[in-house]
Amino acid sequence: MDIAQNILLTIMTAATPLLIAAIGELVVERSGVLNLGVEGMMVIGAVCGFAATLLSGSPWIGMLAAIAAGAFFSLLFGVLTLSLAANQVATGLSLTLLGLGLSGMIGESFVGSAGIKLANLDIPVLGDIPLVGRLIFGQDPIFYISLILTGGVAWFLFRTRAGLTLRAIGDNHASAHALGINVLKIRYLAVMFGGACAGLAGAHLSLVYTPQWVENMTAGRGWIALALVVFASWRPWRVLGGAYLFGAVSIGQLHAQALGFGIPSQFLSALPYVATIVVLVIISRDRRLTLMNTPASLGQPFVPDR
Amino acid sequence: MKKIVLALAATLAAATATSAVAQEKYKACFIYVGSKTDGGWTQAHEVGREYAQEKLGDKVETVALENVPEGPDAERAIERFARSGCGIIFTTSFGFMDPTIAVAEKFPDVKFEHATGYKTAPNVTTYNSRFYEGRYIIGQIAGKMSKTGVAGYIASFPIPEVVMGINGFLTGARSVNPDFKLKVVWVNSWFDAGKEADAAKALIDQGVDIITQHTDSTGPMQVAEERGIKAFGQAFDQIQAGPTAQLTAIEDTWGPYYEKQIKAAMDGTWKGGQSSWDGLKDGILSMAPYTNMPDDVKAMAEETQAKIESGELHPFTGPINKQDGTVWLKEGETADDGTLLGMNFYVEGVDDKLPQ
Repeated sequence: MDIAQNILLTIMTAATPLLIAAIGELVVERSGVLNLGVEGMMVIGAVCGFAATLLSGSPWIGMLAAIAAGAFFSLLFGVLTLSLAANQVATGLSLTLLGLGLSGMIGESFVGSAGIKLANLDIPVLGDIPLVGRLIFGQDPIFYISLILTGGVAWFLFRTRAGLTLRAIGDNHASAHALGINVLKIRYLAVMFGGACAGLAGAHLSLVYTPQWVENMTAGRGWIALALVVFASWRPWRVLGGAYLFGAVSIGQLHAQALGFGIPSQFLSALPYVATIVVLVIISRDRRLTLMNTPASLGQPFVPDR
Repeated sequence: MKKIVLALAATLAAATATSAVAQEKYKACFIYVGSKTDGGWTQAHEVGREYAQEKLGDKVETVALENVPEGPDAERAIERFARSGCGIIFTTSFGFMDPTIAVAEKFPDVKFEHATGYKTAPNVTTYNSRFYEGRYIIGQIAGKMSKTGVAGYIASFPIPEVVMGINGFLTGARSVNPDFKLKVVWVNSWFDAGKEADAAKALIDQGVDIITQHTDSTGPMQVAEERGIKAFGQAFDQIQAGPTAQLTAIEDTWGPYYEKQIKAAMDGTWKGGQSSWDGLKDGILSMAPYTNMPDDVKAMAEETQAKIESGELHPFTGPINKQDGTVWLKEGETADDGTLLGMNFYVEGVDDKLPQ
C-alpha cells in the first residue's frame, strides 16, 4: 500500500512541472502567440527561485521570485515579438538560449549549496488516511497550485467573456482588432502569464523535485511541455492527462527496469514519449474538433493599423 | 544550442587569447561533456585543470569548453580547438572517442588525450582510472551495511566502463555477502538530476536500502538523504548533498596526470598511442572519508583499500561466474585489462538484462 502511494507520489512530482509549464504555454498559444522559450523561462525560474530561497531563507519567497522572474523574462519576448513584430519562432528559440546561459551565470555561486525544500502540506488526521491520505492532503503546495491552475484556465477560457476574447484573438487577430479589442495588450498579458507559469514550473524543480541548483537542470522538460500543448490540441484537461500519462510511463519504466523484466532499457526510455504521442493523437483524431481548437493565427505577428 | 553558443564564445575567447599572448605560452585545452559545476564527473576534471594550471603557472594557458554534447557537435568543438592553436587537447568523456580520433587524423601536429576510451592513434593517447577498485570497496561496504541484501545502481549508458563498475560493485558486495543482489536502472543520460532522483525513488520503493550511481548529478544522493537510506558519492565528494546518507565517495583526481602530460607535451617527451590506466595506488582515484558507518565496516574498507593499493588484492579475482552461471574466472585467476576494458557481460547476481 505504501509502495503504491509512493509510486503515485513520484509520478505526480514528475508530472507537475510539465503540467504547469504546459498550461501557461496553452494560454499563450490560445492568444495566437507561439513562445518556444519555455525551457529558457523555466530554467530562469529554477535559478531565481533557488537563489531567492537561499538569500531570504524562505522557499515561499523563492517561489514568488521564480514566478516574477519568469514573467519578467517573458516580457523580453513580448517586447520583441509583439511591439516589434519580430519572428516568434526565432525569438522564442533565442529566449531559450539566453535563459540557459543566463541561468548558469546567475547560479554560479549557488552551485552545490544545500537547498531548502518547499515543505509538504501536513494535515494531522486527514494526511494519515490509508492509501489516499498523503496523495490528497500531504503534497507540496505547487502540486495543488497546478491543479487549481488547470481548472482555472479551463474555466477562464471556455466559461468567461475574457476567455472568449482571448480565444478570438488567437483565431483571428484582425477581426478582433476590428471589433475594438486591444490585441497587443491581451497578448502581452497572456505571454506574461505563460512566463509566470514556466517560472513556477522551474521553481518546482529547484525547490521540490530536487532541491538544488545545477546548470541545465530543466533537462528538456520545457520542450516536453511545448509538445504536450500541441498534442493535447490546446485543451487544458487533455494537457493534464498528457502530463500525467508522461509522468506515469516515465516512472513506470524505471520500475520495470528495477524489477528486471529484461526489456531493453533504450526502448523503455523512449516509451514515455511514444505512449504520450500515440494516446494524445488517438484522442485528438476528430479533425473537425482539432481544427476548431487550433488557434488559427498562431505564430503570426500582428501589427495594428492606426 | 546553448552548446553552440558556448562553443562560439570559447572559440572567440581562444582566438583572442592566442593573439594576445603571442607564442610563448603553451596552450592546453579541455572539452567537457557536462557543466564545470556539476558536482561530479566534470567538476573533477575542472579541478584537475585548475591544479595543472596552478602547478605550471605562466608557461601554460589552459582553456576549457563545457557542455559539449557527445556526437557531431563534439567533433566541431574539438576541431575548433585544434585550429585555435591548442598544443594538447583533453577530451573527457567516453562518447568523444570517435570524434577525437577523427579530428586527430586531420591535425597530426596536435596532441590528443581521450579519457576512458580504447582507441588510440599516433597522436592520441588514452587515459583512464581504475574506478572498479573504488567500486569494489563501496560494494563491500554495501554488503555489510545493507539489511535487505539488495542494492540499487543508477546507470547511465551500457558501455564497458559502466558495466565494469556494476560488476566491480557486486563482486565487492558478494565477497562479504554471497547472496547479495543488485538492481540496475538505466536512465540513458549522464546528467538529469530529476530523472536520476526518480530512478533512486523507484529503486527504494522496490526495497533496496543502499543506492549507488554512475551518473553525474547529486539528485540520487538527495533522495537517499530524504528517505533515510545510504548512498555513495560519484566522482566527487557529495557529502553536502547527503550529510547523513553518504558512506564514502569515489573521487577522481586528475590534476597530477594533467600536469605530467602537459609538461611532457611541452618538452617533447609526450608519446602518442599510449594507454594509461592508473588506480588507487597512483592517487588518480581516492576515497572520500568513510562516514556514517560502524567502526568495523570502516576498518574493513580501509583494509581492502590498503590491499588494493599494495597490489595484494585484485578486485576481479576468481572464482567469479558470469550472470548465466558459467565460469568467468577460475579460482585464483585475475581478469586481464583487455577483458575489463571491453566488458560486455554481467557477473552473477545482477537482477537486470544487459542492454546490447
